[in-house]
Amino acid sequence: MEKKEWPLWEVFIRSRNGLDHKHCGSVHAPDARIALQVARDVYTRRMEGVSIWVVQADHIVASDPDAKPELFDPAEDKIYRHPTFYKLPDEVNHM
Amino acid sequence: MATNQEHTEYVLRIGDNALILGQRLSEWCGHAPVLEEDMALANMALDLIGQARMLLTRAGALEGEGRDEDRLAFLRTEGHYRNLTLCELPNHDFARTKVRNYLFSTFQVLLLSRLVGSTDAELAAIAGKSLKEARYHQQHSGDWVIRLGDGTEESHRRTQEALDYLWPYTAELFAPAPGEDAIAAAGIGPAWHELEQSWEAQVHPLMVEATLTVPPRTPFKSYGKFGRHSEHMGHVLATMQYMQRTYPDTQW
Repeated sequence: MEKKEWPLWEVFIRSRNGLDHKHCGSVHAPDARIALQVARDVYTRRMEGVSIWVVQADHIVASDPDAKPELFDPAEDKIYRHPTFYKLPDEVNHM
Repeated sequence: MATNQEHTEYVLRIGDNALILGQRLSEWCGHAPVLEEDMALANMALDLIGQARMLLTRAGALEGEGRDEDRLAFLRTEGHYRNLTLCELPNHDFARTKVRNYLFSTFQVLLLSRLVGSTDAELAAIAGKSLKEARYHQQHSGDWVIRLGDGTEESHRRTQEALDYLWPYTAELFAPAPGEDAIAAAGIGPAWHELEQSWEAQVHPLMVEATLTVPPRTPFKSYGKFGRHSEHMGHVLATMQYMQRTYPDTQW
């Protein structure tokens, strides 16, 4: 007999208005609607959230961990990409 | 004019439903088919027990004999509980648990929606808070009934068996109870038979969507809300009351 596992869903919660959804874990559920409900039951029991996203884990395209050297290391010595070398006039606050 | 005793009994019927179904659902803790549903069922059990605490406190105050929520929950004898027989039946399997939750929470949503406008201000406030919880219970259990009914051959068979088993007990929801008309006249809450049409109008389409067949009504009657319970009630109470009976007035 074939044993079917429910798909895995990644769960993202927005904790307050104006903040981003943050990845907080995953749940198993047969479909998106139930995934949202169990995400609510597992991850928002202590008032952690005001909004939930679920994404089927298969649908997330991830970078290859072995490709770290070519993807991320080249940024290491490009400090000029940080906007810290500009003198701002005093009138410009909170940049 | 509704008497104080009629008012107390009316609130007890609502509170005892929440208490006993909450106790039943808590039996799933650690036993649900997946961790996610384990937490969902435990959350719902806690919602119901929270509702029971408020309702039994209100009933105790109306009764005026100094009984608080704990004394009412743990120290009554079987014949004094006013819950529907539907709420005390064993969980059996996941299908029966979900079908029962759907049948009951659909009723609860209709009842609480009316109680929000109760002339009993405290009851109205409790209903307002509980209604949000009941709506979620209805949505979650309804979604499951559809998925199980319209699922695999085995899930369909089990869900149909659950509906066949539970359906006769739903007649009790709408059976007239003593004093209900006075309660309705006083604006405290509806006589439960007033909710029957709306309940049927919601339940039937969902069962069709779930590819389930609602059995015909039979002469079978249950009487839990009148204090005459099934053989299962004693077992629920034995587990629930054990601590208070063994260690009277214990606190934790």
